[in-house]
Amino acid sequence: MAALKRMLSLARLSNGLLGSALLLLVLAMSLLGLLFSPYGTIEVDFLNRFAAPSLEHWFGTDEYGRDVFTRVASGTFISLRVSATAVILAIVAGVFIGAVSGYFAGWIDRIAMVIIDSIMAFPGLLLVLGIMSALGPNEAGVIIALGIAYTPSIARIVRGSIFSLRETDYVDASRLIGNSEWTTLFRHLLPNCITPIVVISSSIFTAALLSETALSFLGLGVPPPEPSWGSMLADSRNYLVLNPWLGIFPGVAITLTLLGINLIGDALRDRWDPRAETP
Amino acid sequence: MLSYFFKRLIMIIPTLMCVSITVFVVMRLVPGDPILLVMGDVKNPELIAQMREQLGLDLPLWRQYILWLTQLLQLDFGQSIVTGAPVLSTMLNSFTVTVQIVLVSVFLAALIAVVAGTLAAWQKDRLADKTIVGVAILCMSIPSFWLGIALILIFGVQLQWLPTVGYISPLQNFSEGIKFLLLPIITLVLAEMGGILRMVRSATLDNLQLEYISHARAKGLGEMTVLFRHAMKNSFTPTLTLIGLVMGGLLGGAAVIETVFTLPGLGRLLISSINNRDYIMVQGIMILVSTCYVLINLLIDMLYPLIDPRVKL
Repeated sequence: MAALKRMLSLARLSNGLLGSALLLLVLAMSLLGLLFSPYGTIEVDFLNRFAAPSLEHWFGTDEYGRDVFTRVASGTFISLRVSATAVILAIVAGVFIGAVSGYFAGWIDRIAMVIIDSIMAFPGLLLVLGIMSALGPNEAGVIIALGIAYTPSIARIVRGSIFSLRETDYVDASRLIGNSEWTTLFRHLLPNCITPIVVISSSIFTAALLSETALSFLGLGVPPPEPSWGSMLADSRNYLVLNPWLGIFPGVAITLTLLGINLIGDALRDRWDPRAETP
Repeated sequence: MLSYFFKRLIMIIPTLMCVSITVFVVMRLVPGDPILLVMGDVKNPELIAQMREQLGLDLPLWRQYILWLTQLLQLDFGQSIVTGAPVLSTMLNSFTVTVQIVLVSVFLAALIAVVAGTLAAWQKDRLADKTIVGVAILCMSIPSFWLGIALILIFGVQLQWLPTVGYISPLQNFSEGIKFLLLPIITLVLAEMGGILRMVRSATLDNLQLEYISHARAKGLGEMTVLFRHAMKNSFTPTLTLIGLVMGGLLGGAAVIETVFTLPGLGRLLISSINNRDYIMVQGIMILVSTCYVLINLLIDMLYPLIDPRVKL
């Protein structure tokens, strides 16, 4: 029985390991492609259009004869860069808004919550698409739109945690020894909210990555000819019947990356979420 | 009970106000003079000034907002900049397409998720649980547009069982129309199932530890009765919230799936309006979808006390 239990806890641990392994695999392949590929990401070769996967072109070539492996590899960093920047933006803004409104409460809290609630009243991609229509399709636009869209969920989590902690003894202690409100909040209270922030950030990261690929699939992401997974999939649609590799490789790259982050997020949640069941 | 409904109903008014203000602000972020967007390359300054006055663009911002809001309340969404067609009827036409797909696929996804998630919780840490959770995570990680393209290639191109692109309303011709909607619905069911399933599983896990479950088992009830009559009652409330969020998310995010399957839905209308810089249309769609989202959440909140007698506001 004990042996079985140990095996099961190992299996739970392995979720995180498997996720990290998948993510590392994608990153390593992409780095390999970026550093050692003899082809450029937008280097066209009309004599070599639609070449099937081979030793020269690992993932084949597309309708302009561009090397698909190089493009998928470089797309990794574009997608990760855009979604990671958006998530960081959301974390910074969300933590600040959530911490201040949870700690000071009163009218600051009320105003912040009205803004948060009105952002949250727009489902899914709707607000992102609306902001994109105003800012135009470019990298900064995607980052700002996604960052605004994900700020509320972080702000709410942080606000809740701060709210439940602000009456505790060590807050009083920090005030009593003469720390300012800001020091008490950011030096002493906020570090206690790290866990929920990490857990929510991992799920926001998958959502942001999925949204980024969806936006570039819709032609509203990072503009061409920059390779992005979504736009590569969108472009491949006309040629897929005869050249399925054009769609397979970018799709596999997205799925493996998302799977990796989802598994890591799961492991984090199992490890840290106070609501998760204890074995 | 009645006062709960009433309070909840009143609460949506400030939310809808905030929604309209947000849309107004976002649409004012659009660079350039809106009058030039409406009129194109008209050089006549008198005509432009006249048009500006007619559209109320010479007023201060807050008065423009009030003017726009009163028009909205009279269901006047304006005319499309590109086609000149009334925004409301154009939106509603596309909206019916989207609503069909979203309602059916969310219903099916929820049904599968509730059954599979409950069984997974029951079989916790056994093979069945690991398999179900694994499939759920995989479904959450495959982007819906990629899945959609793959299904088109398999069932449309290779096997030729189903048409690949296009749309016939199933209201007019059910047997033909359903063929066009089958693949989009399967795609959405797979894409949305994972999240709901995991929610059902974790809620059921929490419940299965409670005393009333041991009590039900001690009474000698069958496991299926315990799971689906007793445990499910408690785990359904948080699940319902998530179902509402998913449904709203799809109304706003159906653009992707509609683009893959070339369905004339609201999402595709939104994308083409963004590309055509048809801001009046974008503005209308944002108002329509977010209002629906607020109403869905309202409806679900109102269902709570009916499902769970403990809920009070």
